[in-house]
Amino acid sequence: MFNRDRWQEIFDTIKKNKLRTFLSGFTVTLGILIFTVLFGMGNGLKNAFMEFFMDDATNTFFIFGGRTTEPYRGFKQGRRIQLHNDDVEDIKKDFAFYLDYITPRINRRNLVKYQGESNTYSLRGVGPAHRLNEKTIMMKGRYINESDLEKSAKTAVIGRLVERDLFGKDGDAIGAYIDIGGIAYKVVGVFQDDGGDNEERYIYMPYTTMQLVEKGNDEIDNIIIGYDLAIGYQGAMAFERSLSKYLKDKHNVAPDDRSGIFIRNLADIVQQNMMFANVIQLVVLLVGIGTLIAGVIGISNIMVFVVKERTKELGVRKALGATPWSVIGLVLQESVFITAIAGYIGLFVGVLILRSIGDSLKDYFIVNPSVGVGTLVGATVILIFFGALAGYIPARRAARIKPIVALRDE
Amino acid sequence: MIEIKDLHKSYKMGSNSLHVLKGINFSVKEGELVAIMGSSGSGKSTLLNILGMLDGYDSGTYHLDGVLIKDLNETKAANYRNKFLGFIFQSFNLINYKSAWENVALPLYYQRVGRKERKERAIHHLKTVGLEPWAEHLPSELSGGQKQRVAIARAMAAEPKVLLADEPTGALDSVTSHEVMALIQRINDEGRTILVVTHEEDIAHMCKRIVHLKDGVIVSDSVVEQHRLEANV
Repeated sequence: MFNRDRWQEIFDTIKKNKLRTFLSGFTVTLGILIFTVLFGMGNGLKNAFMEFFMDDATNTFFIFGGRTTEPYRGFKQGRRIQLHNDDVEDIKKDFAFYLDYITPRINRRNLVKYQGESNTYSLRGVGPAHRLNEKTIMMKGRYINESDLEKSAKTAVIGRLVERDLFGKDGDAIGAYIDIGGIAYKVVGVFQDDGGDNEERYIYMPYTTMQLVEKGNDEIDNIIIGYDLAIGYQGAMAFERSLSKYLKDKHNVAPDDRSGIFIRNLADIVQQNMMFANVIQLVVLLVGIGTLIAGVIGISNIMVFVVKERTKELGVRKALGATPWSVIGLVLQESVFITAIAGYIGLFVGVLILRSIGDSLKDYFIVNPSVGVGTLVGATVILIFFGALAGYIPARRAARIKPIVALRDE
Repeated sequence: MIEIKDLHKSYKMGSNSLHVLKGINFSVKEGELVAIMGSSGSGKSTLLNILGMLDGYDSGTYHLDGVLIKDLNETKAANYRNKFLGFIFQSFNLINYKSAWENVALPLYYQRVGRKERKERAIHHLKTVGLEPWAEHLPSELSGGQKQRVAIARAMAAEPKVLLADEPTGALDSVTSHEVMALIQRINDEGRTILVVTHEEDIAHMCKRIVHLKDGVIVSDSVVEQHRLEANV
């Protein structure tokens, strides 16, 4: 099967039948090219999803207080549910097993001034654990710590862009006092965040300080929980259910009231989005395989035609002593060879196209489209397999050619 | 060389069966040059196909060089064809994308002869038919007579025991026909056994023996005086 003469024979045939070879190879090249590009795009889409979600921790619940939509335990509907500090303490106590970290958050906007510069920024009153949740990266100084909370210290951690806005390009904010809503806060840290420009225009301060400034209450807007990754996805879902039940019971919200207390489970959202990306990739894969099969059917058709065209030649060969297997081998090997070469050209061009696309389609949610080595190896195996399949049926037909029929003069 | 005893062959055509060969007894000795004649439908092509192992038969026996040729599988038939027989066809049946010498070398390829030796032997056979200068030419660049001579060289390439020629001059004009027949006579002179199927009387008389077939039986089998041709190739 692999002797040099056979290859010589095949090269001769290919060399002297260029159009035929080109036609049969072209469909495969096109099929593989489309397959590669589509598959790479699918991967790019997935990469975009990953990048989109990975700047924040995904093992996170956000708890919001809302307005009840049904009466319960003597309370009428439309009641506003306010979260308090003791909610945080209770969760800490009763769900310690699940918890990785927990932090309250209070959201405000206020005018911030430093010397001549002023601007309105989003303020967040948080605990130290909030840093884990946002994956905040400290550039300078430190984050809010426990001692800030205890003392209700007037400290602030500002975003990179806040520093640039207020202190200029080369200014250093650490240790400076900025005016937030008429009160002076000491800047103790500057952070950056991969989540984009908006995320770098936040100012963090201890939530206790914020409560103190606002008439000494203990109200909080959200509670952010990071659960222990060891509990897994199913564990997280169970945790979410029991936490929801617990808080609704505590705040006298009906168990089936979705808006009284609301928990946003980031893992669930990411999971759903990844599933979406996977479904898209699957669709892309199916389309790609469809194209591939079309290409293979194309080559099979052309091989049928080729065998028909070569009927006389194959008949002569048989009359001169070609065995059926040598005829099958000849046709099959040619088919596999053309498929493999044509396929590789398609693969190569496809990879080149993907390379040249790079990150230029980032706006369309396609980031670094590429195909892995595994896919390439798989595609090679598929190519050879389908090449053999495409060639086998015509080859078997060729082997059955009776020399007398082939040689009969028309 | 060839021993045929009570050979029967019929073709099934739907529910009918067409009895083509109705008991052929026929033998050819080494070095003979036999013409098989008959009108179309007489069974001469069928006989040639059976002799050439291109087709099977129903009953009787066929020995070629002492070997019983019956119910061969395709692979074995291919090997025997390659070893024992050389074919010459009316329409030459050269492979059009192969040069003259490559066509001649093809039977040697199926004997697994190395490429270098193949070429040497092919050129040698082309020389004997006077076409050495055309070795690198494609069939489309050759005349009809030249094509048939290439085909004869190809049939000779594997040094077969028997040459089977099916209307070798059918597609040629009379001058060229005579050239080809002269070549066949010369090859026969060298001791090769040759069977020629033809329907032309003058061609048949260039052989040493004429067998007439009619309706599936041999009606006459006679040695004739050979009409010798001047070899000018």
